[in-house]
Amino acid sequence: MFAVEVENLAKRFGDFLAVDHLNFNVQNGEIFGLLGPNGAGKSTLIRMLTTLMPPSEGTARIDGFDIVTQANQVRQCIGVIPQAMTSDLDLTAMENMNIFAKLYGIGREKRKETIAALLKAVDLEQWADKPVKMFSGGMRRRLEIARGLVHEPNLFFLDEPTTGLDPVSRVAVWEMLAKLKRERELTILVTTHYMDEADKLCDRIAIIDHGKMMALDSPLKLKASIPGKNILEAGFSSVPPGWDATLKALPDVAEVKAVESVFRISSNNGPRTTTALLEAVRAAGLTLTSLSVQSTTLDDVFVHYTGHQLRDTLQTAAGYSSAFMYESKNG
Amino acid sequence: MNRILAIIERDLRRFRRSPTLIIVSMVMPLVQLVVLGYAFGGKVQHLKVGILDQDRGLPAIKVREMAQAVAANARTFESIYYNDQATALRDLRDGKISGLLNIPPEFSRKELAGTNPKIALVEDNTDQFASSALEGSLTQLLAAYNQPALPARLGSNATLSVVEVYPYVPYIQFLLPGTIVLAIFVSAMIGGGIIFIDDKARGLHEGYLVTPIRKFELIVGFNLAGTAKAILTGLVLVTLGSIIAGIPDPLNVVRFARMMVLVVMTALALISLMFLLMVRVSDPLVPRAIFGVLNTVLFFPSGAVYPIQAFPPWMRVITAVDPFTYAVHGFKQLILKNSSLTAIGGDLVYLALFTLISISAATLLFRRTL
Repeated sequence: MFAVEVENLAKRFGDFLAVDHLNFNVQNGEIFGLLGPNGAGKSTLIRMLTTLMPPSEGTARIDGFDIVTQANQVRQCIGVIPQAMTSDLDLTAMENMNIFAKLYGIGREKRKETIAALLKAVDLEQWADKPVKMFSGGMRRRLEIARGLVHEPNLFFLDEPTTGLDPVSRVAVWEMLAKLKRERELTILVTTHYMDEADKLCDRIAIIDHGKMMALDSPLKLKASIPGKNILEAGFSSVPPGWDATLKALPDVAEVKAVESVFRISSNNGPRTTTALLEAVRAAGLTLTSLSVQSTTLDDVFVHYTGHQLRDTLQTAAGYSSAFMYESKNG
Repeated sequence: MNRILAIIERDLRRFRRSPTLIIVSMVMPLVQLVVLGYAFGGKVQHLKVGILDQDRGLPAIKVREMAQAVAANARTFESIYYNDQATALRDLRDGKISGLLNIPPEFSRKELAGTNPKIALVEDNTDQFASSALEGSLTQLLAAYNQPALPARLGSNATLSVVEVYPYVPYIQFLLPGTIVLAIFVSAMIGGGIIFIDDKARGLHEGYLVTPIRKFELIVGFNLAGTAKAILTGLVLVTLGSIIAGIPDPLNVVRFARMMVLVVMTALALISLMFLLMVRVSDPLVPRAIFGVLNTVLFFPSGAVYPIQAFPPWMRVITAVDPFTYAVHGFKQLILKNSSLTAIGGDLVYLALFTLISISAATLLFRRTL
């Protein structure tokens, strides 16, 4: 049995199809990443899987329980960290944990023991009796991770857990998640738009764009699935007719894509293609305005499968972000 | 049950740590009671009244002396003498005096001839409270003026003897029941309205919704958490308000117990009303936008500040369904008349029914999803 089984799951808001008939499974014990820009449908998908939002079509099972007909059993076996930080600022860390333990119906003795162990696991033991309003963003996120585990769930859903955190806190949160996963045999489903995080920590990644699943595999296999071992990004002073064909004809070139004024050249041998490119530029009487050569990254995978860069989509989507995450139902 | 208690615990812990909220919920209504109680409760005094004596005969002098007596004792008005009518009328229009007592040239002659002498009161009727006080005082003055020097041997005038059932009720005491209900309502607006929607907008409810808590437990928890805060506010108003308003024997245990029953029923009714209004709202601006108007629509038609009998028929419809009406009536009975719970049975039944209907409607509208 899979930890998560998603079958033909869709969500509509009026005419807008936020999640477009997704099908995938998450295996027990893996970290499964949903990678995509804001507005791709990741949060909507997570909200459906965590029973916060009913699906328009299709179904999903969590630990074998149907998300619509057995919602309460689903809630009992999942831990959820929503995108917005929802711990109560006026309460202490211990009080926040206690209230949630009571909401899950955990008895006094068990509560005491579990909360102490969790606060220790997220390095907040010494801050247990301090009000959360004194905490940094990273500390609050760690507290929420501990809070989400207070009833010892098998499955942990995290919606962009590192968004808004500084780089040091981001690393701390991911290390903590990796440690918790090892110690507690958790299955983790996490959404993110940070490629590096997804690359390092996820066992498998689903690339989501406009509600559709564009690719699903391990980071290694995803990178191997696109043509070329290196990516050359080159900008030119001007682009003569047929330049695209010239670039494709360079040695070891697997694919050429123009992203705005920059050409992304996938190559099976980066140094050879680079040398040939420089000669072709000189012969054509052009000037290079920019050139970079790098190994294939998830960013390249994203571009390959979606036709645009993740960062471009983020910039476009930023204008629609809302302070009240509650209302961003299309997330 | 533990889940319901967890929601209440969370709310009360936050309330305890928010001194501003405590002050707004409990102290501000007391300030309002004192300010409104003394602003409206006092007798009108020191009105400036012009006296224009165009007669100057002995009867006119008698009227002027009586006016001076009022100025010296009751102090309802102070006399300012004028020699010409134009100046007096100009001062009246300019607001320098509130009225002009005009004794016409033929006053003494008509008085001595017994041919219905008349004195004119030209008044500034833009302020009805001041003009009513002035009319009342001058009517009394003329009644005294008309008393015969020697009483008739056989009196035949019917008189009215007034017997007051309760001790004198100053306006601040009359206002106390309305203030208690208003304070409970303010607490319901903040706790059950503004904080409820703000928590929803900040995603705190999302935290509740992913736990196995049932819809019924959530609704009861939200309502009882708000009710608990409103009861605390009511408790403070009932005790401190009674002391400040000068209610006799303010800490009477039996009356206090009866009032607590009514405080609980009022808090439940107003919180359930608030929950019903807010159950589908998610925009934090909505409660802020409607509460000012809601306050007016519910408070003033309740009879808290003015007798219901004076309202037009359409307003009496609001009065009839407004939970404020029954709560205010109940507190008036308990505070001003020291009645038993039997006397407010109807009020308690209405508040209970109102709570039941509001909660039932809110439960139908409540969604356990985002």
